[in-house]
Amino acid sequence: MDRILHRLLDLAAARFGADRLALKPQDDMYEALRIDSMRALELLTELENEFGVEIPDYELQRVRTFEELAAVIARRC
Amino acid sequence: MIAWTIRDGIMDVTLGREPCNEIGADMLTALEGLVRAADDLRPRVMILRSTAARGFCAGADLRELHRGLQNVSRLRAAPRLASFIWRIHRVMDWLDMAPFPTIAVIHGVCFGGGLELALTCDLRIAEKQARFAFPELRLGIVPGFGGIPRLERDCGASIARDLLLTGRSISAARAVETGLAHQLVPAGEGLNAALSTAEQLMKYNPWASAQAKAFAKKLPALRLAEEKALFLLMASRPGMREALEHFVNNSSAMPYLG
Repeated sequence: MDRILHRLLDLAAARFGADRLALKPQDDMYEALRIDSMRALELLTELENEFGVEIPDYELQRVRTFEELAAVIARRC
Repeated sequence: MIAWTIRDGIMDVTLGREPCNEIGADMLTALEGLVRAADDLRPRVMILRSTAARGFCAGADLRELHRGLQNVSRLRAAPRLASFIWRIHRVMDWLDMAPFPTIAVIHGVCFGGGLELALTCDLRIAEKQARFAFPELRLGIVPGFGGIPRLERDCGASIARDLLLTGRSISAARAVETGLAHQLVPAGEGLNAALSTAEQLMKYNPWASAQAKAFAKKLPALRLAEEKALFLLMASRPGMREALEHFVNNSSAMPYLG
Protein backbone atom coordinates (compact mmCIF):
# COMPACT_ATOMS: atom_id res chain seq x y z
CA MET A 1 0.00 0.00 0.00
CA ASP A 2 2.86 2.39 0.89
CA ARG A 3 4.62 1.51 -2.33
CA ILE A 4 1.47 2.29 -4.34
CA LEU A 5 0.97 5.55 -2.47
CA HIS A 6 4.51 6.72 -3.14
CA ARG A 7 4.34 5.82 -6.81
CA LEU A 8 0.98 7.55 -7.05
CA LEU A 9 2.37 10.75 -5.50
CA ASP A 10 5.42 10.65 -7.78
CA LEU A 11 3.29 10.15 -10.84
CA ALA A 12 0.72 12.82 -9.92
CA ALA A 13 3.41 15.39 -9.19
CA ALA A 14 5.22 14.68 -12.45
CA ARG A 15 2.05 14.67 -14.52
CA PHE A 16 0.60 17.91 -13.19
CA GLY A 17 3.76 19.80 -12.32
CA ALA A 18 3.14 19.82 -8.57
CA ASP A 19 5.85 19.98 -5.89
CA ARG A 20 6.26 16.32 -4.91
CA LEU A 21 7.53 17.18 -1.42
CA ALA A 22 4.47 19.32 -0.77
CA LEU A 23 2.01 16.52 -1.57
CA LYS A 24 0.73 14.65 1.49
CA PRO A 25 -1.28 11.38 1.54
CA GLN A 26 -4.20 13.11 3.27
CA ASP A 27 -4.35 15.98 0.76
CA ASP A 28 -7.44 16.49 -1.36
CA MET A 29 -5.94 15.47 -4.70
CA TYR A 30 -8.20 17.71 -6.79
CA GLU A 31 -7.18 20.76 -4.79
CA ALA A 32 -3.52 19.77 -4.40
CA LEU A 33 -3.14 19.15 -8.14
CA ARG A 34 -5.62 21.85 -9.17
CA ILE A 35 -7.38 19.53 -11.58
CA ASP A 36 -10.95 19.40 -12.86
CA SER A 37 -12.95 16.40 -14.02
CA MET A 38 -11.27 16.26 -17.43
CA ARG A 39 -7.78 16.33 -15.94
CA ALA A 40 -8.88 13.71 -13.44
CA LEU A 41 -9.53 11.43 -16.40
CA GLU A 42 -5.92 11.93 -17.50
CA LEU A 43 -4.80 10.89 -14.04
CA LEU A 44 -7.06 7.84 -14.18
CA THR A 45 -5.50 6.79 -17.50
CA GLU A 46 -1.98 7.35 -16.14
CA LEU A 47 -2.78 5.21 -13.11
CA GLU A 48 -4.23 2.39 -15.19
CA ASN A 49 -1.15 2.39 -17.40
CA GLU A 50 1.29 2.66 -14.49
CA PHE A 51 -0.23 -0.05 -12.31
CA GLY A 52 -1.53 -2.29 -15.10
CA VAL A 53 -5.06 -2.34 -13.70
CA GLU A 54 -8.46 -1.14 -14.82
CA ILE A 55 -10.07 1.31 -12.41
CA PRO A 56 -13.77 1.98 -13.06
CA ASP A 57 -14.24 5.69 -12.60
CA TYR A 58 -17.34 5.16 -10.45
CA GLU A 59 -14.99 3.81 -7.79
CA LEU A 60 -13.33 7.24 -7.71
CA GLN A 61 -16.52 9.20 -7.13
CA ARG A 62 -16.12 9.35 -3.38
CA VAL A 63 -12.34 9.44 -3.42
CA ARG A 64 -10.83 12.77 -2.46
CA THR A 65 -7.41 12.08 -0.96
CA PHE A 66 -4.29 10.41 -2.33
CA GLU A 67 -4.41 7.69 0.31
CA GLU A 68 -8.02 6.87 -0.53
CA LEU A 69 -7.02 6.62 -4.18
CA ALA A 70 -4.07 4.38 -3.31
CA ALA A 71 -6.47 2.08 -1.44
CA VAL A 72 -8.70 1.79 -4.52
CA ILE A 73 -5.67 0.91 -6.66
CA ALA A 74 -4.43 -1.62 -4.09
CA ARG A 75 -7.77 -3.45 -4.20
CA ARG A 76 -7.38 -3.82 -7.97
CA CYS A 77 -3.73 -4.90 -8.02
CA MET B 1 -16.60 24.92 -36.01
CA ILE B 2 -15.87 22.26 -38.65
CA ALA B 3 -13.17 22.81 -41.25
CA TRP B 4 -11.71 20.61 -43.93
CA THR B 5 -9.01 20.48 -46.55
CA ILE B 6 -8.66 18.00 -49.36
CA ARG B 7 -5.24 17.01 -50.58
CA ASP B 8 -4.13 14.01 -52.61
CA GLY B 9 -7.56 12.48 -52.19
CA ILE B 10 -7.61 12.77 -48.39
CA MET B 11 -10.31 14.93 -46.83
CA ASP B 12 -8.91 16.07 -43.49
CA VAL B 13 -11.83 17.19 -41.32
CA THR B 14 -11.25 19.01 -38.04
CA LEU B 15 -13.83 19.63 -35.34
CA GLY B 16 -12.92 22.85 -33.60
CA ARG B 17 -15.61 23.97 -31.21
CA GLU B 18 -14.37 24.74 -27.72
CA PRO B 19 -14.40 23.42 -25.10
CA CYS B 20 -14.81 19.90 -26.52
CA ASN B 21 -16.92 19.91 -29.71
CA GLU B 22 -20.23 19.59 -27.89
CA ILE B 23 -23.00 18.77 -30.36
CA GLY B 24 -25.80 21.32 -30.29
CA ALA B 25 -27.82 23.05 -33.00
CA ASP B 26 -24.83 24.83 -34.59
CA MET B 27 -22.65 21.74 -34.60
CA LEU B 28 -25.48 19.72 -36.15
CA THR B 29 -25.83 22.30 -38.94
CA ALA B 30 -22.05 22.18 -39.45
CA LEU B 31 -22.12 18.37 -39.62
CA GLU B 32 -24.88 18.56 -42.23
CA GLY B 33 -22.65 20.93 -44.22
CA LEU B 34 -19.79 18.44 -43.91
CA VAL B 35 -21.97 15.66 -45.31
CA ARG B 36 -23.01 17.81 -48.29
CA ALA B 37 -19.36 18.70 -48.97
CA ALA B 38 -18.15 15.12 -48.67
CA ASP B 39 -20.94 13.97 -50.98
CA ASP B 40 -19.84 16.55 -53.57
CA LEU B 41 -16.08 16.11 -53.18
CA ARG B 42 -16.06 12.30 -52.94
CA PRO B 43 -12.58 12.01 -51.38
CA ARG B 44 -10.69 8.72 -51.45
CA VAL B 45 -10.45 8.76 -47.63
CA MET B 46 -11.86 10.99 -44.89
CA ILE B 47 -9.99 11.65 -41.65
CA LEU B 48 -12.10 13.03 -38.80
CA ARG B 49 -10.27 14.58 -35.87
CA SER B 50 -10.49 17.32 -33.27
CA THR B 51 -8.39 20.41 -32.68
CA ALA B 52 -9.89 20.91 -29.19
CA ALA B 53 -7.29 20.28 -26.49
CA ARG B 54 -9.71 18.39 -24.23
CA GLY B 55 -10.54 15.69 -26.68
CA PHE B 56 -12.40 14.37 -29.70
CA CYS B 57 -15.93 15.25 -28.61
CA ALA B 58 -17.69 15.37 -25.24
CA GLY B 59 -21.09 14.53 -26.75
CA ALA B 60 -24.35 16.45 -26.85
CA ASP B 61 -24.34 20.05 -25.67
CA LEU B 62 -26.18 19.49 -22.40
CA ARG B 63 -26.10 23.14 -21.38
CA GLU B 64 -27.76 24.13 -24.66
CA LEU B 65 -30.31 21.33 -24.22
CA HIS B 66 -31.02 22.53 -20.69
CA ARG B 67 -31.50 26.14 -21.88
CA GLY B 68 -33.71 24.96 -24.75
CA LEU B 69 -36.04 23.11 -22.41
CA GLN B 70 -36.41 25.98 -19.95
CA ASN B 71 -40.02 27.18 -19.81
CA VAL B 72 -41.02 24.88 -22.66
CA SER B 73 -43.79 22.37 -22.05
CA ARG B 74 -43.11 18.70 -22.68
CA LEU B 75 -45.72 18.83 -25.45
CA ARG B 76 -43.84 21.57 -27.29
CA ALA B 77 -40.38 20.15 -26.58
CA ALA B 78 -41.12 16.70 -28.02
CA PRO B 79 -41.30 17.63 -31.74
CA ARG B 80 -38.18 19.80 -31.47
CA LEU B 81 -36.21 17.00 -29.92
CA ALA B 82 -37.56 14.52 -32.47
CA SER B 83 -36.50 16.82 -35.32
CA PHE B 84 -32.97 17.08 -33.88
CA ILE B 85 -32.73 13.31 -33.50
CA TRP B 86 -33.93 12.61 -37.03
CA ARG B 87 -31.46 15.17 -38.45
CA ILE B 88 -28.48 13.85 -36.47
CA HIS B 89 -29.37 10.28 -37.47
CA ARG B 90 -29.35 11.28 -41.15
CA VAL B 91 -25.84 12.73 -40.67
CA MET B 92 -24.56 9.72 -38.73
CA ASP B 93 -26.10 7.21 -41.17
CA TRP B 94 -24.50 8.98 -44.13
CA LEU B 95 -21.08 9.06 -42.50
CA ASP B 96 -21.48 5.40 -41.50
CA MET B 97 -22.27 4.34 -45.06
CA ALA B 98 -20.06 6.88 -46.89
CA PRO B 99 -18.83 5.37 -50.16
CA PHE B 100 -15.20 5.77 -49.12
CA PRO B 101 -13.23 4.75 -46.01
CA THR B 102 -13.34 7.00 -42.96
CA ILE B 103 -10.85 7.22 -40.10
CA ALA B 104 -11.44 8.83 -36.70
CA VAL B 105 -8.43 10.13 -34.78
CA ILE B 106 -9.32 10.24 -31.10
CA HIS B 107 -7.55 11.94 -28.23
CA GLY B 108 -8.82 12.83 -24.77
CA VAL B 109 -12.54 12.71 -24.17
CA CYS B 110 -14.73 10.65 -26.52
CA PHE B 111 -18.02 10.53 -24.64
CA GLY B 112 -21.69 10.08 -25.48
CA GLY B 113 -22.49 11.71 -28.82
CA GLY B 114 -18.76 12.01 -29.47
CA LEU B 115 -18.38 8.26 -29.21
CA GLU B 116 -21.44 7.89 -31.41
CA LEU B 117 -19.77 10.08 -34.03
CA ALA B 118 -16.52 8.09 -33.79
CA LEU B 119 -18.51 4.86 -34.19
CA THR B 120 -19.68 5.97 -37.65
CA CYS B 121 -16.06 5.81 -38.84
CA ASP B 122 -14.66 2.63 -40.36
CA LEU B 123 -11.38 2.80 -38.45
CA ARG B 124 -10.63 4.43 -35.12
CA ILE B 125 -7.13 5.44 -34.08
CA ALA B 126 -6.87 6.16 -30.37
CA GLU B 127 -4.12 8.21 -28.80
CA LYS B 128 -2.93 6.80 -25.49
CA GLN B 129 -4.81 9.30 -23.30
CA ALA B 130 -8.19 8.83 -25.01
CA ARG B 131 -11.15 7.71 -22.93
CA PHE B 132 -14.47 6.35 -24.14
CA ALA B 133 -17.83 6.37 -22.38
CA PHE B 134 -21.60 6.38 -22.74
CA PRO B 135 -22.67 8.32 -19.62
CA GLU B 136 -26.24 8.99 -20.85
CA LEU B 137 -28.05 6.94 -18.20
CA ARG B 138 -27.16 9.59 -15.65
CA LEU B 139 -29.69 11.73 -17.52
CA GLY B 140 -32.23 8.92 -17.54
CA ILE B 141 -31.81 8.37 -21.29
CA VAL B 142 -29.98 6.06 -23.67
CA PRO B 143 -27.55 7.39 -26.28
CA GLY B 144 -29.69 8.88 -29.04
CA PHE B 145 -27.37 9.32 -32.03
CA GLY B 146 -27.11 5.65 -33.02
CA GLY B 147 -24.27 4.67 -30.73
CA ILE B 148 -25.51 1.47 -29.15
CA PRO B 149 -26.59 -0.22 -32.42
CA ARG B 150 -23.23 0.69 -33.97
CA LEU B 151 -21.27 -0.45 -30.91
CA GLU B 152 -23.21 -3.75 -30.90
CA ARG B 153 -22.48 -4.17 -34.60
CA ASP B 154 -18.76 -3.44 -34.32
CA CYS B 155 -17.88 -4.88 -30.89
CA GLY B 156 -20.81 -6.97 -29.67
CA ALA B 157 -23.59 -6.62 -27.13
CA SER B 158 -21.40 -7.42 -24.14
CA ILE B 159 -19.22 -4.29 -24.23
CA ALA B 160 -22.23 -2.21 -25.30
CA ARG B 161 -24.08 -3.35 -22.16
CA ASP B 162 -21.07 -2.64 -19.95
CA LEU B 163 -20.62 0.94 -21.19
CA LEU B 164 -24.36 1.65 -21.32
CA LEU B 165 -25.31 0.28 -17.89
CA THR B 166 -22.28 1.41 -15.86
CA GLY B 167 -21.59 4.72 -17.61
CA ARG B 168 -17.91 4.10 -16.86
CA SER B 169 -15.13 5.31 -19.11
CA ILE B 170 -12.56 2.97 -20.58
CA SER B 171 -9.00 3.71 -21.64
CA ALA B 172 -7.63 3.63 -25.17
CA ALA B 173 -5.78 0.40 -24.39
CA ARG B 174 -9.01 -1.27 -23.26
CA ALA B 175 -10.81 0.17 -26.30
CA VAL B 176 -8.30 -1.58 -28.57
CA GLU B 177 -8.75 -4.85 -26.66
CA THR B 178 -12.52 -4.70 -27.19
CA GLY B 179 -12.31 -3.72 -30.86
CA LEU B 180 -13.71 -0.26 -30.21
CA ALA B 181 -10.43 1.24 -31.42
CA HIS B 182 -8.23 -0.31 -34.09
CA GLN B 183 -4.86 1.29 -33.39
CA LEU B 184 -3.23 2.64 -30.22
CA VAL B 185 -0.66 5.38 -30.73
CA PRO B 186 1.27 7.78 -28.48
CA ALA B 187 -0.20 11.19 -27.71
CA GLY B 188 0.10 13.52 -30.68
CA GLU B 189 0.75 10.72 -33.18
CA GLY B 190 -2.85 10.10 -34.21
CA LEU B 191 -2.79 12.20 -37.37
CA ASN B 192 0.45 10.65 -38.61
CA ALA B 193 -0.98 7.19 -38.06
CA ALA B 194 -4.18 8.19 -39.88
CA LEU B 195 -2.25 9.57 -42.86
CA SER B 196 -0.18 6.41 -43.04
CA THR B 197 -3.36 4.31 -42.87
CA ALA B 198 -5.01 6.50 -45.53
CA GLU B 199 -2.06 5.90 -47.87
CA GLN B 200 -2.53 2.17 -47.43
CA LEU B 201 -6.31 2.41 -48.06
CA MET B 202 -5.70 4.38 -51.25
CA LYS B 203 -3.56 1.63 -52.77
CA TYR B 204 -6.76 -0.21 -53.63
CA ASN B 205 -9.16 0.48 -56.46
CA PRO B 206 -11.79 2.97 -55.14
CA TRP B 207 -14.72 1.01 -56.58
CA ALA B 208 -13.43 -2.26 -55.10
CA SER B 209 -12.81 -0.54 -51.78
CA ALA B 210 -16.37 0.86 -51.73
CA GLN B 211 -17.80 -2.57 -52.56
CA ALA B 212 -15.74 -4.18 -49.80
CA LYS B 213 -16.92 -1.60 -47.28
CA ALA B 214 -20.57 -2.04 -48.28
CA PHE B 215 -20.13 -5.81 -47.92
CA ALA B 216 -18.37 -5.65 -44.54
CA LYS B 217 -20.42 -2.90 -42.91
CA LYS B 218 -24.21 -2.82 -42.82
CA LEU B 219 -26.45 -0.14 -41.38
CA PRO B 220 -28.23 -1.65 -38.35
CA ALA B 221 -31.46 -0.02 -39.52
CA LEU B 222 -33.92 -1.86 -37.28
CA ARG B 223 -31.89 -1.27 -34.10
CA LEU B 224 -31.40 2.39 -35.05
CA ALA B 225 -35.15 2.83 -35.43
CA GLU B 226 -35.70 1.14 -32.06
CA GLU B 227 -33.10 3.41 -30.48
CA LYS B 228 -34.72 6.58 -31.83
CA ALA B 229 -38.11 5.54 -30.46
CA LEU B 230 -36.70 4.55 -27.06
CA PHE B 231 -34.61 7.70 -26.77
CA LEU B 232 -37.58 9.96 -27.52
CA LEU B 233 -39.74 8.05 -25.04
CA MET B 234 -37.13 8.31 -22.28
CA ALA B 235 -36.38 11.97 -23.07
CA SER B 236 -40.07 12.84 -22.74
CA ARG B 237 -40.10 11.86 -19.08
CA PRO B 238 -39.48 14.41 -16.32
CA GLY B 239 -36.37 12.56 -15.14
CA MET B 240 -34.21 13.95 -17.94
CA ARG B 241 -35.02 17.57 -17.09
CA GLU B 242 -34.25 16.98 -13.44
CA ALA B 243 -30.96 15.29 -14.32
CA LEU B 244 -30.02 18.12 -16.68
CA GLU B 245 -30.70 20.64 -13.92
CA HIS B 246 -28.46 18.61 -11.62
CA PHE B 247 -25.74 18.40 -14.28
CA VAL B 248 -25.56 22.11 -15.07
CA ASN B 249 -25.37 22.93 -11.37
CA ASN B 250 -22.95 20.13 -10.51
CA SER B 251 -19.61 21.17 -9.09
CA SER B 252 -18.40 17.62 -8.42
CA ALA B 253 -14.96 16.59 -9.63
CA MET B 254 -16.49 14.00 -11.94
CA PRO B 255 -19.86 15.47 -13.02
CA TYR B 256 -20.18 13.14 -15.99
CA LEU B 257 -20.71 10.29 -13.54
CA GLY B 258 -23.63 12.19 -12.00
